[in-house]
Amino acid sequence: MAPLSQLEINIRQKLFPSVGEAPAHAALRNLQMNLRGSEFVCVLGPSGCGKTTLLNCIAGLDRDFDGRIVLPSVHGRAQPAIGYVFQNPRLLPWRTVIENVELVLDSSDSNRSQVEELLTVTGLQPFRHTYPARLSLGLERRVALVRAFAIEPDVLLMDEPFVSLDEPTAQRLRSLLLQVWQDRPTTVVFVTHDLREAIQLADRLLLLSPAPGTVLADIRIDIARDQRYDPAAVEAFRTRLIRDNPLFHRDF
Amino acid sequence: MTLHRRTLVQVLSLIVLLVLWQAAAMVVRDRVLPPPIVVFDVMIAGFQDGEIPYNIGITLLRVAASFTLAMLIGVAFGIAMGRNRGLDRFFDGWLVLFLNVPALVTIILCYVWFGLGEVAAISAVAINKIPNVVVTLREGARALNPDYTEMAQVFRLNRVKTLRHVVLPQLFPFVAASARSGLALIWKIVLVVELLGRSNGVGFELHTLFQLFDVAGILAYTLTFVAVVQLIEIGLLQPLERRANQWRR
Repeated sequence: MAPLSQLEINIRQKLFPSVGEAPAHAALRNLQMNLRGSEFVCVLGPSGCGKTTLLNCIAGLDRDFDGRIVLPSVHGRAQPAIGYVFQNPRLLPWRTVIENVELVLDSSDSNRSQVEELLTVTGLQPFRHTYPARLSLGLERRVALVRAFAIEPDVLLMDEPFVSLDEPTAQRLRSLLLQVWQDRPTTVVFVTHDLREAIQLADRLLLLSPAPGTVLADIRIDIARDQRYDPAAVEAFRTRLIRDNPLFHRDF
Repeated sequence: MTLHRRTLVQVLSLIVLLVLWQAAAMVVRDRVLPPPIVVFDVMIAGFQDGEIPYNIGITLLRVAASFTLAMLIGVAFGIAMGRNRGLDRFFDGWLVLFLNVPALVTIILCYVWFGLGEVAAISAVAINKIPNVVVTLREGARALNPDYTEMAQVFRLNRVKTLRHVVLPQLFPFVAASARSGLALIWKIVLVVELLGRSNGVGFELHTLFQLFDVAGILAYTLTFVAVVQLIEIGLLQPLERRANQWRR
């Protein structure tokens, strides 16, 4: 049974007003996207095309835009819960791993056992009482992932969460993300500029134009979920996409 | 090993100071510079009749009251001014004014306006310290990391949780800095306040001893008080700071 609730985004314009000498900058224009419940969508685009701005609008961090965003509320909460995995993990350095995760939980939440399970799956149990300064970037990003899933989000936003990691580590984290997400399906907006990563992860891929960002292409990725870990399948899809679609030029 | 050696050096340097003091006293041979042993005797006598502990206790209570008052008001105003540009612009002039009013003027005015009482004494000390706390905390509040603020907002942490677990830990180094410099400043001002308008406390006693030219008594009070302040610093402030900093690499 497919969940009915969905994420609707309709931004007519997102403008950053001029500051001093710098002219006003239109980051997004006529951007529409609809996500089904538990759909995993990757937003792909060149740097500076407003991908992070888009996530901040969805997250409610930036409300100063012309348009409308409707968030799904699956778990019957008054306000939809948003999980956000920032590009920089943004863990509080004065709290241990477990304290960072517990901070975002409601006191009423009964999902402590969920947290334990997430820590186990992500291999973080040995580090539960470690302060972030002693973790590698890869481990910090796992904690950020656990924190975002721990609140059972209605929408999960991810902003290039695996950049500046070495490829094997990034690959391990991608597999981990798929595993965790398949066990706890939720609507995901995942921003990246890496086409291979997008193909491996997403149900659907949205290509944004350079700023002001708008959706140029909406591509369904029909690789079966159990073949996502096969680099050949991802590579074949990518080659076909670049060959058939002039928008995906060599940069990807 | 190195810790032992450092303690050894410190003890040695104190002994050298005592020897120099003793030598100077032997040269001067006058009651305006009594030798260490005489001061020590006065100290013992002061403890035996309870005078020294009583007056130091009174003074410490005043220090504690004005310190708490100054920190609470200063931290609140500092955060508000650091986070709100309008408030900052409005109160900045006041701040400059209060920073530059001499402590003595504040003390005199408080006694004149509020009478020679405890309220006037404690307010006068607090008013002297508050502007310093505000300036330090304003810097801290300006330096708050927006990344953490956004994280708190997205994950819908309530106000109390955000303040307690996201904002205050970032401000802790600033609170600690103003607490330390605050203690050093406050206990000195408290003595002046006592000298000018109270009938007990270390400041009042020093004033009396000064009128009697009792240097031994003055030194006995001074050394005891310095020791007590050091004990507070080592026994209370430093462990607190260590505990709060344990997350740093």
